Order: sequence, then structure tokens, then C-alpha cells
Amino acid sequence: MIKDYFVFSIRNLRNRGLRSWLTMIGIIIGIAAVVSLIGIGQGLKVAISSQFGDIGTDKLAVMASGGMGPPGTGVVTPLTKDNVDKIEQVNGVKNAVGRLTRSGKLEYNDNVAFGMAASMAEGEDRKLIEEALNLEAGEGRLLRDGDSKKTVLGSNLGEENAGFGKQIVVGSKVFIQDEAFEVIGFLEKQGSFLVDNIVLVEEDDLREILDIPDDEYDIIAVQVSPNADMKAVQENIEKVMRKERGVKKGEEDFTVQTPQAILAQVNSTLFAVQLFVYIIAAISIIVGGIGIMNTMFTSVLERTKEIGIMKSIGATNNTIFSLFFIESGLIGSIGGIIGAVIGISVAMGLAFVGRMVLGSDLIQADISVWLVFGSIFGSFLLGSIFGVIPAINASKLNPVDALRHTK
Amino acid sequence: MTETIIKLEDVWKIYKMGEVEVPALRGLDLKIKRGEFVAVQGASGSGKSTALNAIGCLDVPTKGKVFLEGRDISKLPESELAQIRGKKIGFIFQQFNLINTLTALENVTLPMIFQNIPSEERMKKAKELLEMVELGDRMDHKPTELSGGQQQRVAIARSLSNVPEVILADEPTGNLDSKTGETVIKFLGRLHKEKKTTIIMVTHDAGLAHHAQRIEFLKDGAIIKSKKRK
Repeated sequence: MIKDYFVFSIRNLRNRGLRSWLTMIGIIIGIAAVVSLIGIGQGLKVAISSQFGDIGTDKLAVMASGGMGPPGTGVVTPLTKDNVDKIEQVNGVKNAVGRLTRSGKLEYNDNVAFGMAASMAEGEDRKLIEEALNLEAGEGRLLRDGDSKKTVLGSNLGEENAGFGKQIVVGSKVFIQDEAFEVIGFLEKQGSFLVDNIVLVEEDDLREILDIPDDEYDIIAVQVSPNADMKAVQENIEKVMRKERGVKKGEEDFTVQTPQAILAQVNSTLFAVQLFVYIIAAISIIVGGIGIMNTMFTSVLERTKEIGIMKSIGATNNTIFSLFFIESGLIGSIGGIIGAVIGISVAMGLAFVGRMVLGSDLIQADISVWLVFGSIFGSFLLGSIFGVIPAINASKLNPVDALRHTK
Repeated sequence: MTETIIKLEDVWKIYKMGEVEVPALRGLDLKIKRGEFVAVQGASGSGKSTALNAIGCLDVPTKGKVFLEGRDISKLPESELAQIRGKKIGFIFQQFNLINTLTALENVTLPMIFQNIPSEERMKKAKELLEMVELGDRMDHKPTELSGGQQQRVAIARSLSNVPEVILADEPTGNLDSKTGETVIKFLGRLHKEKKTTIIMVTHDAGLAHHAQRIEFLKDGAIIKSKKRK
């Protein structure tokens, strides 16, 4: 019997054609938004977590300013060599290395690109930076002591279509800030936009070509001793730095970031964005639900005579209720299925575009079965809920009055 | 002695139009035996349809009792009335009242769906009934693709689908020309003769009423005269 009701309901939806589709649009948009944005959001979370997972949990980064602005933008008091030395003396710190990261100009084959240039430190300190950035040579080799006027580039810069008209290879001569450098290697692709487009040179070279004072640093990479407590070390560094730079607690012109802290920060930003999107999607879905209700009320009115006929030939109130209830549930479900399909396509499409534009394989839409079925079931529920009142109205019609109803 | 299948005892139906009370039935008494073909004749507004609705469990009387097979149905809840309508009563309306989105065959199967009859059985039955009303070749047509007479024959087939005790026909030829009306009434007559179905037909048309065994004359919501034929 329920099967027959389904057949009826589908037929009624078909008979109403365009109107059925229009009713579904609200639900479709809402569900498509939810599915695509959750899918992309989850994908981003996975990507970000995996990026930070590589760094290891024994490293800290000290930066000037509030931490979110790119280093080297000039509005902050730079970190100094002195800061590095003082941090190195903090209890639980195994090693501290100053680093420079600045925007610069890369020229090859008469084509110019702007990107981030980063310094490599000398001796033992080099290893810390390599570990902190997870650097590995994909082609050629990494920089060594004494590699003056030599450079290692991020993997994207070595690609055929990197935008220089000619592929940069190991041994190519490039110009960084108009100084000639020899490319001795490319980094392993990481999927991180920053690292894959980076230009690595020796610290002395970077100071020379960008005219940076000997004393200045942008980031201090800190390695913590194996047994030390990360949190305590972080607090100790903050204490020393406050004293060193003459600032009060709460007015720091520097930040000490742990990978977890950065991850948490990114996640909370991501969550805020997602929350905003959820609210919009929820509004769209509720509006869609009200649309269903409106359509069902119209449908009850239009089919009043039909309801009377069905009652006269033995349909109970329950039967009539079921017919209309199933119909609104179907509108919800079909809208949900279409919305989910569109949402998945949009998420996949956006992820694809993201991969193309950023050149990072890490941007993937992460669409779980749970998300898809949850949203379809949710829209079925929504359609049903908003269909309850019209269905009750239909079932309560008096058969004689309903029969007398003229269209 | 043939048993009484329907009995109306002092049935009143009063409609409220705002402040004014309009009585459509005023103490109607009626007895119908199993297998009878009775016509209720009366002018427009005499309460014919109201009486038929009360017999057919479509409406409950304001006052009085309606017995169907000895059971008082005048106070039953809607859910039980719907069951009785589905199982024991077949309606034929003046406006045919077929569902336009369904084919002739589906219209005939509909009452059986409401009674949970398995799909195969109801298809078989519906086909037989449509063959009987000589519409075997129009089963897949929608009502809008059928003539008035054909639609009314579909409605007759539908009314018979659950093998009802009583067929209630409300001006069954009212929307048909006299020739098609004749065909329809011929089917009702055959039904009565061959299947011994109890038929109650209300009409204003004296010519039509003469097809019945007995004519009850209704005026102002009460029977004023009864006439037996044959």
C-alpha cells in the first residue's frame, strides 16, 4: 500500500512539473551549499593538519609583531641577533637560529616573478631550518656552507610552465634582485604554496642583495630539548623576550608560536568561516522548507475535490495524511539528492581549480558518506516536517464539503 | 422475508449558514431491503443528496439514526465511516468524480488500494469490471480523453470494485444526454438483475425514476409518497 502511495505522490509531483522544481530550489541550494562547503572545509582541515604534522612537535617559531602579518613588512620592530642569543640560553632550548624571509624578485629568460626569498643558516643551524621547513632535495641538492651565489628553488619554479618562457633546470643562471645566482637544486614538492615557490639562498647573500642590516632577523626557529616541556619553554622564551625588548606582558611586539597553536588558530578561523556558511545554508534550508509548506497548502486546496473523491471511495484520514506527507517528504528528499550531487560537484570543481591555481595537490574535497546521506536524510526530514500541517489539513477535510469543492 | 439493509429513523440534517439554521432533512424515515432498486425522486433542494450522503456514511445526521445491516452508523467516528464506505458502499456521482490524473484502470483500482488488495488481484478485477461496462479498449485513457458516458461507466466500474452491499447513485445521468443516459441506466439495471445489488438512486427525473422497483418521493426533507412498480 505504501508503495502505491509513493507512486501516487511521484505522479502528482510530475503533474505539477515546473512548480515542483521551483519548490525544490530552496532545498537544493541549501543542501548544495552545506555539502560543498563542508566538503571543502574538511579537505582544507586535512590539508592543513598534514602540513603541520610534518614539522614535528619539538620546534617553536618566534616572530616579530602580532604574528599574522607577513614578516618583513616593515611596521614591526625586527628581531635581533641578540634575541637569538638570549633565546638560546633559555632553559630547555637546544638550539635557536635566526632566519630571514623577504619578498624578492626572481628573473630568468627576461621574465620576472616575485616571491619569497628565505635564508639558510650556516653550519649546524642549517639542519634546524631544514627540519623546521621539512626541506628535501627533489632534484640536485640542498645548499651547503660556502654555497655563495647559489640557490635552491621551490618545486613549482622548476616546472615547465612556471611562467619564465623556458624551464629553469639545475645549472640554470637566474637573477635574484638583479644578482646572478646558479640554481643547484629544487625542493621536493610539498603541496605548500609558500615552500613550493620559495627561493633559498645563503644568509649572507640575502643580506647583501636586499641590504638587510647584519643584526636583523625575521623569524627565530627554536628547537626544544627532547625532555623539555613545550609549554614551559614557550613561557620562558616569552619572559626573556619581554625583558630583552622592554615590553610588558600583554603588550608583546612578538609572538612565540608552536605548531599546535598555529594549527588551532587556522582551525578556529576555518570554523568561523564554516559557521557563517552554515548559518546561511540553514536560512536557505528553512526558506526552502517554508516553500514546501506553501506548495503543499496550495496542493491541498487544488486537490480538495480529489480528496473528497478518495474519501468517498474508502480513503481514511490516515490515508490522505500519508499521501500528502509522503509527497512533501519526497520533495525534500529529491531536493536533497539533487543538492548533494550539485554540492559534491561544486566541491570537487573548487578543489580542482584550487589545485590548478595554487599548484598544491593537498587541496582535496573531503566528502564523507555520512555527510551525503546525512544531508539527504535531513532534507527528507525537513520536507516531512513542513508537510505535516498541510497533510493534517487535507486529512481533516469533510468529505461532503470537499466533494462539493469546485476548482 | 428479505432483510432490511438500510433503515433511516427520524433523520434530521440541519446546516448552519451563519446565524440561520437551514434544515435539509426533517425527520426522514426510509427502509430499504437487500437487493432492492429504489429511486428517491424530488425537486432540487428537496434534500435528496443530503439523504444519500447520510446513507453513504459521507455525512453524519444532526439527529436520528441510520442503520446499515442493523448497525447504527450515525455516531461512528470518521475512520470507521471511511472503512464502511470503502467496503460496503459504491458511489456514482452526477459529475462522475473520477481522478483526472489517473487512467480509467487506475481509477477503478483505487478503492481496492485503500482496502489493501494485492496488486495483481486488483488489476485483474479492474480489467474485468471495465470489460463489463464495455470499456475494455479504453483502460489506459485518462478521464479527460473519455466521453461523459464513458466516464460514468468507469465510475460504475469503480463503484463495484470492492463488491459493495449498496450502490448509491446521485443523479447518475444528470450530466449526460438522454441517449448516453439510457446506456448508463441500462448498466445499473443489469447490475440489479444479474448481481442482485441493492441500488439507491436519487433523481429529479421522473422518467429515470421509473427504472426502479420503488419510487420514494421526497419534499422538504421528508418522504411524502411511496410508489411501487411491477
